[in-house]
Amino acid sequence: MLFVELLNGWGVPYNIAWVIGQSVGILILSVVLLVMLAFLLLFDRKVWAAVQMRRGPNVVGAFGLLQSFADFIKFVLKEVIVPAGANKGVFFLAPILAFVLSISAWAVVPVAPGWVVADINVGVLYIFAISSLGVYGVIMGGWASNSKYAFLGALRSAAQMVSYEVSIGFILITVLLFAGSLNLSDIIEAQSGNFWNWNFFGILFPMFVLFFISALAETNRPPFDLPEAESELVAGFMVEYSSTPYLLFMVGEYLNIVLMCALCSILFFGGWLSPFDVWPLNAMPVFWLVFKIVIFFFLFAMVKAIVPRYRYDQLMRLGWKVFLPISLFWVVLVSGYLLAFDKLPG
Amino acid sequence: MIADIAFYLFSGVMLLCALMVIGARNPVHSVLFLIAAFFNAAALFLLLGAEFLAMILLVVYVGAVAVLFLFVVMMLDIDFAALRRGFMTYLPVGALVGLLLLSELALAMGAWISVGSAGGVRAQPTPDGVTNTEALGRILYTDYVFFFQIAGLVLLVAMIGAIVLTLRHRPGVRRQSISAQVNRDPAKAIENLDVKPGEGVS
Repeated sequence: MLFVELLNGWGVPYNIAWVIGQSVGILILSVVLLVMLAFLLLFDRKVWAAVQMRRGPNVVGAFGLLQSFADFIKFVLKEVIVPAGANKGVFFLAPILAFVLSISAWAVVPVAPGWVVADINVGVLYIFAISSLGVYGVIMGGWASNSKYAFLGALRSAAQMVSYEVSIGFILITVLLFAGSLNLSDIIEAQSGNFWNWNFFGILFPMFVLFFISALAETNRPPFDLPEAESELVAGFMVEYSSTPYLLFMVGEYLNIVLMCALCSILFFGGWLSPFDVWPLNAMPVFWLVFKIVIFFFLFAMVKAIVPRYRYDQLMRLGWKVFLPISLFWVVLVSGYLLAFDKLPG
Repeated sequence: MIADIAFYLFSGVMLLCALMVIGARNPVHSVLFLIAAFFNAAALFLLLGAEFLAMILLVVYVGAVAVLFLFVVMMLDIDFAALRRGFMTYLPVGALVGLLLLSELALAMGAWISVGSAGGVRAQPTPDGVTNTEALGRILYTDYVFFFQIAGLVLLVAMIGAIVLTLRHRPGVRRQSISAQVNRDPAKAIENLDVKPGEGVS
């Protein structure tokens, strides 16, 4: 909305300012996001390599900085292979859907005060809805490939993502109770002040742990990467994909991971807020959000490097028998706490 | 103007998708069209300003119900030839029922007089400056709290009923006992045996 107000201030009529301003905002957000993703991918591989005492990619560019761009060109130039008996329309729709959904969820993420493409009232619900749609890319891809491995991967992921969404929903409710709003900017503003006002430091701390682990499961990251378990299913739902469709799947998956990192920092670590509300620190909101996202991405990468994969029944047990009761109990506990100490917002 | 175009676009696509749900030959395609129809219905809710309902429609129907639906349909092995065999024999009866319903609808529509402004006669108009979610919450948790609770209870009974119907304890299944595994310690898990040559372990 920032560019809309800027253009409107220059005397451009509101309708035209809205179209131009929003287009510029969307373009800048997407480009920055994708370039940031290229370096985060390299960071992921470097962290993984460091844990295994390797060097990681270091050939393309200084320290391998251009590796992701080289990979991108390689993916785009390779041949697209469509397996025989594949359902062609659905086969190509799946990766496009996965990519579009994961990038459209970013529309409501506030980067700094007022810097958000769509400042809607139900921002959290929007992200929740979009991330629950993400499962379709996986199911459709797995089914349309006409392959046993891909199909098994798709079935696993359908069950997994649906189960963990339930506890994510309850965790979101506990955060919403504190903020009294579904708007992401309001949720951040409710945590303003110094760092001890952040949701992480308080009664919501266990919910952060649950949210982080559920986010791993929701994005199919290790230790919950059963849909693409390479030792059993080769690459799960992505077996038959090559070239650009595969690239779309992979970029979509990583965008979801970065989105979950952003959500961790917005819901529990005050998003763009600085740890201390003093002048030089609180003047750079974008830096703080990106800094927090990178920290969480580092945690995601470390988990991938050091934790072994869960078995399928263990995964389901964790979701339904451990996370769901705890998060449900915490909803009751948090509302009781807010009511008893008269801290209900609004 | 733009809202009108959007309305006709979304409702047109929705009707087309709804038609394709029954028209598609492949059942998986049918479910995918059903999902597209849900999606457009959510967009129509958004145009009405009912943002909360739109998102809940996406989360509940598209994100959970339709996933399970797709899950089942994908795993079923449907024989299309067998499904279409009885088509011609049932056609007259089906056509008759359809015609009856259509004529009833036409009669009802013919006698319909719409009120000038429906917004003015709503029982609970949304107050100004209150978001959609808040207005719904206020109504549900104050005026209609008992109905809300009863609806929840009905759902709970349905859920327990489904579990009771499908639950069966199979004997002889090896289950993992997490607490037993966690409570294992080296003293109990490992035993040192003094094996004599030529005798082995009994």
